Amino acid sequence: MTDWINVILQGVLVGGLYAMFAAGLSLIFGVMRLVNIAHGDLIVLAAYVALVTTEALGIGPLVSLIIVVPLMAVIGYALQRLILNRTLGEDLLPPLLVTFGLSVIIQNGLLALFTADSRKLQAGDIEVATFKLLEGVYVGILPLLQFAVAIAVIAALQFVFYRTALGRAFRATADSPPVAQLMGLDNRHVFGLAMALSLAVVAIAGVFLAIRADFDPSIGPARLIFGFEAVIIGGLGSMWGTFAGGIVLGVAQAIGAHINPGWQILAGHIAFLIILAVRPEGLFPRIRA
Amino acid sequence: MSVRVAFASRSSRVGMALCAVALVVLAAAPFWGGRDDMQLLSQIYAYVALASLWNLLAGYAGLVSVGQQAYVGLGAYLLFAFAILGGVSPLWAIPLAGIIAALVAIPVAGLVFRLRGHYFAIGTWIIAEVFRLLASQVSVLGGGSGTSLPASMVVGIASTRQMRESLVYWIALALVVAVLTLIVLLLRSRYGLALKAIRDSELAATTNGIDVLRTKVLVYVVTAFGTAMIGALIFFQRLRISPDAAFSVNDWTAFVIFITVIGGIGRIEGPIIGTIVFFALRQTLADLGTIYLLMLGVVAILVMLTAPKGIWGLIVERFGWQIFPLERTVILDDRSAGRGKQRPDDR
Amino acid sequence: MSESPLLFVRDLDAFYGDFQALFGLSMEVRAGEAVAVIGANGAGKSTLLKSIAGLLPARPDAIDFDGAHIGGMPAHAVAARGIALVPEGRGLFASLSVEENLLIGGQLKRPGPWSLQRIYELFPALGERRHFPSTALSGGQQQMVAISRGLMSNPKLLLCDEISLGLAPIIVRDIYARLPAILGEGISLVLVEQDIVQALKATQRVYCLQEGRVALSGAAKELTREAIAAAYFGV
Repeated sequence: MTDWINVILQGVLVGGLYAMFAAGLSLIFGVMRLVNIAHGDLIVLAAYVALVTTEALGIGPLVSLIIVVPLMAVIGYALQRLILNRTLGEDLLPPLLVTFGLSVIIQNGLLALFTADSRKLQAGDIEVATFKLLEGVYVGILPLLQFAVAIAVIAALQFVFYRTALGRAFRATADSPPVAQLMGLDNRHVFGLAMALSLAVVAIAGVFLAIRADFDPSIGPARLIFGFEAVIIGGLGSMWGTFAGGIVLGVAQAIGAHINPGWQILAGHIAFLIILAVRPEGLFPRIRA
Repeated sequence: MSVRVAFASRSSRVGMALCAVALVVLAAAPFWGGRDDMQLLSQIYAYVALASLWNLLAGYAGLVSVGQQAYVGLGAYLLFAFAILGGVSPLWAIPLAGIIAALVAIPVAGLVFRLRGHYFAIGTWIIAEVFRLLASQVSVLGGGSGTSLPASMVVGIASTRQMRESLVYWIALALVVAVLTLIVLLLRSRYGLALKAIRDSELAATTNGIDVLRTKVLVYVVTAFGTAMIGALIFFQRLRISPDAAFSVNDWTAFVIFITVIGGIGRIEGPIIGTIVFFALRQTLADLGTIYLLMLGVVAILVMLTAPKGIWGLIVERFGWQIFPLERTVILDDRSAGRGKQRPDDR
Repeated sequence: MSESPLLFVRDLDAFYGDFQALFGLSMEVRAGEAVAVIGANGAGKSTLLKSIAGLLPARPDAIDFDGAHIGGMPAHAVAARGIALVPEGRGLFASLSVEENLLIGGQLKRPGPWSLQRIYELFPALGERRHFPSTALSGGQQQMVAISRGLMSNPKLLLCDEISLGLAPIIVRDIYARLPAILGEGISLVLVEQDIVQALKATQRVYCLQEGRVALSGAAKELTREAIAAAYFGV
């Protein structure tokens, strides 16, 4: 019994990380109807940036967030303004193909720079620290911290979206780009800021990913898929729905892994497909006005 | 005054004549070429076919899939399963694999068509991943590390090695010709007209009585059929299969997409041009490995941003050529003037 | 005394792809003036406003505003210079509440008398519904939100595209009754209207467009019904 409690708990906690993967993805889709296929690879890029930062400056991975987050935000802004803004429009193909091309470029660029060797960021004692929740049930401090950070990130995004001028600008531009222009909003700049915010979240997710597990240039697509599955399971248009979706995915994977380690990821896909078949709008969709 | 629809144009007559000549030359390859030549040509045929099918799906039906590797791998695994478990000759296994893949594609379409646009694309990727993970669970076919085709299966198809290589080469050539013919026929049929309408405006197409969903499912299933057969053939030639190779995103989707983008999406000549360019680049640059893929990505992005219609798109814009007789021209026979007047109905 | 007009449109052409909508159109608006632009559907009225607002391309010298060439400038830059367009169909942001729509209107933070408080004084019904989703309001109220949103940027020139569209006559009268309060602040106004009667009452000068050209122009009080009908329908 405690076995299963541990399994579910692990699943819930990793679900927070998946929710972070998903949050950046769904923000961009909400604001500019763009699905960034390179999203997962950008998470991995952030992990490598953190690697370089920690090695060059001799600081811990959590401290490196101070550098990695703004750096990735700037990269996001530049990426949007220089390349992705040109792909936006009626046609679905250009943004899809360009972000696909970006995915290939990032993966192979990282491969060329860092080789295919697995790397990991060392966070010290916090990685193995646990505390006892119940008899036989132990909670890792790091996963708990990561879960708390995920909640904080989602709450922060909600706040930005619904209580700040920037969030108003995002929502207005998403509703109607030409009318937003009439308000004095430069769409190119607004989209740039949205991508910057998305990559800031990606940076946080990337650093936690790097501390938690081995990473190499090829693991990007899987992160994109997990994020995407979390969004679909949770339902479009709702950040907290996405959070719930991440948890459902994490738990599904944990249960699958417990039955047979080779089934971990497959279990997640199956959960996704079941939701798609039975409740395609997701578990907690917010209906758009 | 009467009206008829003609497909051929002067450039397409020239193009078709050139194709006929090329076909004769290529069919004779076992006589003028060595084994390496035939292998290279087989690879080119495979990519032309895969890219043409992807183009049908994405460029004509508007269904952008980044998961076609699902059917490449499925076709390949079905062939190996038939050969190893059923003792079925590969020659029969190829079309059989295609049919079964088409049947599998129907429920898959039922699932994945619940997603639209970008989400559909990622959905197709997930399906491919599911197929890959399932394949690595099948231990009789080698599980995660894969397996080889038994020698008896290979030897059984012809008496000499020379004959075997020629036979496999001709199958590859026949397959790509069949795929292209199938695509041309589809586009010339009323389904092809429906696709054009859907591509221009789905809403208008629906209100004109076109069953959009059925047309899209049809195209998806036909594409799965063709893709699986190509996959079966490719891995038959390789004699070895593994989940990572059979369901590789790079080999069966990234390259295919780049070929189609660079050659020209939404026109049937595009993938052919793109494959030629792709292989020309590969022969000259392949040694660069990762950098090669990286450069392909850069080129694809540049093409997408500056010349989204690809190389063939630029040629069409400039000269209005077509190689395959596909453009519908409405011809009005004006009896009083005594001559037919031509007015192309689209561009 | 003749000072140069606030807005001067000079030989403006406008295209939608290959289709030409405006042919060498010229017009002007002086500071503090209210000008009506009338014409049948398809005459080019909305196209004219969109070109001025920067949503359609134009030659730099085709549109002068406040002494500078603004033709072809992007819409957000034109808005920053003091032109506000109340778009056809109102164009309210569906994801935003009434107040949020107004706040976004004011996000340029141009100096001037208009603020949330003034808007709520002018339109109390909006104040009562400030947190409602903007699309939950009646047609007339939505139009008031749209106009107020334009005012929040404290523009020098307000362009209104068919504010009577789809509204009951009594509502239209109500809205037009408040226009003087708006104009009293010295804002210049261009009113594109189907409702000719209201347009002529509210403005000093009129341009009548027909198939992308100015068919008639003059003082609102002086133009006869026959002249307008002739220009409107091109008989």
